[in-house]
Amino acid sequence: MSAGIDSITAAATTPRGYGPMRRKEDARFLRGKGHYLDDIRLPGMLHGAILRSPYAHAWITAIDTSAAEAHPKVHAVITGETLAGLGLAWMPTLSHDVQAVLATDKVRFQGQEVAFVVAEDRYAARDALGLIDVEYEPLTPVVDARKSLDPDAPLIRDDITGRTDNHIFDWEAGDAAATDEVFARADVVSSCDMVYPRTHPAPMETCGSIASMDPVTGKLTVYTTTQAPHAHRTVYALVAGLPEHKIQIISPDIGGGFGNKVGIYPGYVCAVVGSIVTGAPVKWVEDRSENLMSTSFARDYHMHGEIAATKDGTILGVRVKVLADHGAFNGTAQPSKMPAGLFHVFTGSYDLQAAHCAVTGVYTNKAPGGVAYACSFRITEAVYLIERLVDVLATDQGWDPAELRMNNLIRAEQFPYTTATGWEYDSGDYPQTLRLALQMVGYEELRREQAARRAAFERGEASELMGIGLSFFTEAVGAGPRKHMDILGLGMADGAELRVHPTGKAVLRLSCKSQGQGHETTFAQIVAEELGISPDDIEVVQGDTDQTPFGLGTYGSRSTPVSGAAAAVVARKVRERARIVAAAMLEVSPADLEWSKGSFHVKGDPSASKAMAEIAMAAHSDLELPEGVEGHLDATCVYNPPNLTYPCGGYVCVVDVDPGTGQVKVRRFVAVDDCGVRINPMVVEGQVHGGLADGIGMALMEVMAFDTDGNHLGASFMDYLLPTAVECPSWELGETVTPSPHHPIGAKGVGESATVGSPPAVVNAVLDAIGVRHADMPLTPAQVWRAMQGRPLRTDLAIG
Amino acid sequence: MQVPAQFEYARATSVAHAIDLLRRHGPESRLVAGGHSLIPMMKLRIANPETLIDINDLAELTRIGLDSGLLRIGALVRHAELLDSAVVGEHFAIFRDAERVIADPIVRNWGTVGGSLCQADPSEDLSAAFSAVRAIAVIQGADGERTVPVREFHTGPYQTVVGAAEILTELRVPIRPGGGSAYTKVERRAGDWAVAAAGAVLWLDGNTVSDVGIGLTAVGAAHFAAEEAEDFLRGRPATEESFAAAGRIAAAHCNPVADQRGPVDYKRHLAGELTTRALRRAAARAAGAAVETEGA
Amino acid sequence: MQITVTVNGAERTVEVEPRLLLVHLLRDHLGLTGTHWGCDTSNCGTCVVWFDGTPVKSCTVLAAMADGHEVRTVEDLATADGLDPIQQAFSDHHGLQCGFCTPGMLMTGRWLLDRNPDPSEQEIREAISGQVCRCTGYQNIVRSVRAAAELSQVKGARA
Repeated sequence: MSAGIDSITAAATTPRGYGPMRRKEDARFLRGKGHYLDDIRLPGMLHGAILRSPYAHAWITAIDTSAAEAHPKVHAVITGETLAGLGLAWMPTLSHDVQAVLATDKVRFQGQEVAFVVAEDRYAARDALGLIDVEYEPLTPVVDARKSLDPDAPLIRDDITGRTDNHIFDWEAGDAAATDEVFARADVVSSCDMVYPRTHPAPMETCGSIASMDPVTGKLTVYTTTQAPHAHRTVYALVAGLPEHKIQIISPDIGGGFGNKVGIYPGYVCAVVGSIVTGAPVKWVEDRSENLMSTSFARDYHMHGEIAATKDGTILGVRVKVLADHGAFNGTAQPSKMPAGLFHVFTGSYDLQAAHCAVTGVYTNKAPGGVAYACSFRITEAVYLIERLVDVLATDQGWDPAELRMNNLIRAEQFPYTTATGWEYDSGDYPQTLRLALQMVGYEELRREQAARRAAFERGEASELMGIGLSFFTEAVGAGPRKHMDILGLGMADGAELRVHPTGKAVLRLSCKSQGQGHETTFAQIVAEELGISPDDIEVVQGDTDQTPFGLGTYGSRSTPVSGAAAAVVARKVRERARIVAAAMLEVSPADLEWSKGSFHVKGDPSASKAMAEIAMAAHSDLELPEGVEGHLDATCVYNPPNLTYPCGGYVCVVDVDPGTGQVKVRRFVAVDDCGVRINPMVVEGQVHGGLADGIGMALMEVMAFDTDGNHLGASFMDYLLPTAVECPSWELGETVTPSPHHPIGAKGVGESATVGSPPAVVNAVLDAIGVRHADMPLTPAQVWRAMQGRPLRTDLAIG
Repeated sequence: MQVPAQFEYARATSVAHAIDLLRRHGPESRLVAGGHSLIPMMKLRIANPETLIDINDLAELTRIGLDSGLLRIGALVRHAELLDSAVVGEHFAIFRDAERVIADPIVRNWGTVGGSLCQADPSEDLSAAFSAVRAIAVIQGADGERTVPVREFHTGPYQTVVGAAEILTELRVPIRPGGGSAYTKVERRAGDWAVAAAGAVLWLDGNTVSDVGIGLTAVGAAHFAAEEAEDFLRGRPATEESFAAAGRIAAAHCNPVADQRGPVDYKRHLAGELTTRALRRAAARAAGAAVETEGA
Repeated sequence: MQITVTVNGAERTVEVEPRLLLVHLLRDHLGLTGTHWGCDTSNCGTCVVWFDGTPVKSCTVLAAMADGHEVRTVEDLATADGLDPIQQAFSDHHGLQCGFCTPGMLMTGRWLLDRNPDPSEQEIREAISGQVCRCTGYQNIVRSVRAAAELSQVKGARA
């Protein structure tokens, strides 16, 4: 257990395993020598651009592409009609729906793809878009999710035979009757309606793709910004009917993903078709407006939560109804059997008697998506819900929110703990984690300061109010066990392959794909820890499906829990092979050898030892090996996680609010994370820092609202605001370590913990400052001021 | 990424040359300096000029100086230069306050004072600041130079009195002793356009407000000014009550519209609140107090 | 039109369309892909380069405007002697993750330190406030710039 304000600096020398270590990938990024999608230029490459719908809902009555086709630099203009001829006008989504690649009948959200131009350069491609004439017959759009199921709501998905309304699914978890029973006998019940509005992951690099179909070999190479290259390959094979062994997906350096780069977008398919049609490689890269308007939004959950407790502050149960706005096509990326993702971890970190949720998914005239932005498959929404509900209960009853949480947290001795909705939390010491956070922030002292400030404010002697907000979260990451979790029928296990060269240098090949998480370093450290060689001597290969084993990719904080486990397991396999070779070298039985980091030695005789490099050379030499033992040390494995891992954290945010303007200043943010064993603590801290900034963004400024015509009101970075260095405080991090009992190295994953955990802490702090029970995010100055007037804004719609 | 449509490009070597180029290329030509408003609009193809006349070489428009009781600011002065100018800061803290929160430091390195005024965005900060101090805009055309009070410079959103073959060359601010000024802005995030902002300049005679200028932006104030509040305040004591009352008057007379930055009632509230705050800070500075510029 | 721009100390003469953006001149015509673009509205700052010694957002500058001027990009920071102190500090203190905003951050950071060798945390935060990082939460960027200041001072003292 430790606490400290300063972040961790890389060690002066490379550790032979875990520890703070400079990242190997930095060498190229720092010199401007990264290799991102738009940096790639293939010989003869053409450029694509997409014409998009200005309407949220309209029939397309005519498309005239003749002027665009006549442009001297244009090589092809592709419409929905072209694609329909190839059977590619529609593609399957990751949630058993279909999505238009290019619209054939009508457009269903503003920014929907209508035509694709292929031209000699990107400027000409853009120019040609202006030469395409599309006639639309506008229809009334469904903008407000709450009106999507009204009897008179316009039907969005008339492409699906037999469909008469905008309903997608109903899904439940937990025990409704038991929950009702708990609520019936509860002393106190608090309830709250809250919206987790539509936001966007908005990585600094937008999405893009370069497709190159070799007409001679029939091989399709796709360079693309994907977090899941292997899944893309299989989906391309299924969508386009191409033989999978003739498809190579290469994911180069990625400028941030956060879930935005999981799915396959119409633009990618268009690039493939463009390459087939023109015989040349075709590059398509989103501009920022396209990114914000059309690819992978996040959240958009309208939630009604109720929380029941005894009068002495024991929380008994939680009951939730959710209206999930999935946009015009159900394109969320989540385990197939779970249409609301892992939302049923909404019971949070508390020991409840019963809980129940009912989620209804609906279509609206907005972009498809839903699961993105570091949300851990809807856990962001779930944690926000429970952490707001706990605060609402505390407010209603006049209880201290820290004490209420502390009294109801699952206790260390209760693990493994089965929740009221069926999750088996693997490990944790929640009270210890929260206690450390409260201690680091100086909770009692802050409450005294707050009381003094409030009194001074009421006397007219202070101009600002302060607030303290808490959240405690349990994450569920590392999807997932094959028997429970698949995407489009693909089980969520990850392969790994480790080669050790004769000189003892190693190459680790993984299915996951870094978007900035530092895989090249941390996964080398995992192998280094297991084999005792330097991480500098281990090359990590990722992102190229021809070079790496199958696996489902990097999202949902699953790389360390799944691929990280695979790396450790495959390294242990290598080590066991090395044991046999070392035994042959030392002419002893393998059982007589002991492993001390980096070498095998004969039990009781440390001088009779062989280091990994010697063993590797011998494994490739003419050394005689026992009958049936192959040479070399290389190994492969597939890791199928037995359970998810469950990181947790206790967060405290302190804000100052100017009631005269509604402006919020985040003064402090203490985050104590327990993500199990930390491989590279410096990288772990970086992951947490980034997620905390996300929390500032979502809580205070990020939102995609829509006006009554379905116009997207956050379609550029002028309108979709991301936090800057000025809004972020100096983060104060602490840690507790409860290793995952079922993970080979006890790690739990941390990529999304802070994104999940931080928004409710910020919101709780602001509302605590202004003494308001609830107001929806983002808490912009306008929203804070209106909340203080008792008239909070509806943030998912245009401010009118 | 979004890219502009095709256009012709010409680089002006002097003000006279720029005017000549404007005349020759006609009404579909536009001047460009920093281009931080124009070029994004061209990328969106909202603005499609046939010719861009680059005036970045016009060194004659880059000066900041004092001249016979006037602070003279060339139209091509970059925001960062206005922010860093000691002479500007000494006489008109309002500009230092405003520049500190206009866009971001990198945009300020390239965007120009003249460009901001000519873009005439209804949420633009310098328009309010120059309106508060009753600056004079100097406009040059083929027939010579004319001057226009900044309060008559804007004719509507994105519209000014600068003619098709004219160029804004300079802003002149009369300097009078005994004044203090300030600018205060509410933005959703550093670098954002104002939800609302107010600038004030105020001269004291003892504790009496002898003269005052109040500029407002983003709240639909006519001429970016709160003239009714100014009229109210002139001759009154420089007290909290006066400033609060002036704020209420400013709020009552502005005409904000709702957008994603905020609803009408909030913006109106801010017009009042920020007017009061700007007056308070300006008065403190007029009285000789050191009031720090607020950061981004 | 033909333009001649001094890029990283070398004169480059290129035939361009007047509408070509400086960021595309660097990336597509000169192969200097270290400078990125992340938005269309000069909000994100991934495209920051130096123009006559001052950082600008190259997505909102025309290549034509650079005719006769000097541009410096991230590729020019490291020398034969090794990394610039600011690059070294970003590596030591984990000031980058996906690396996409990094070139812009480095160029602004270097410029800040050249003008203000001992910036406070708040001065650093304001200096980079027009540049968005989605990965680091800024803390380690701020720390890296601070560390670079200290590293530069140590080097300066030795020189």
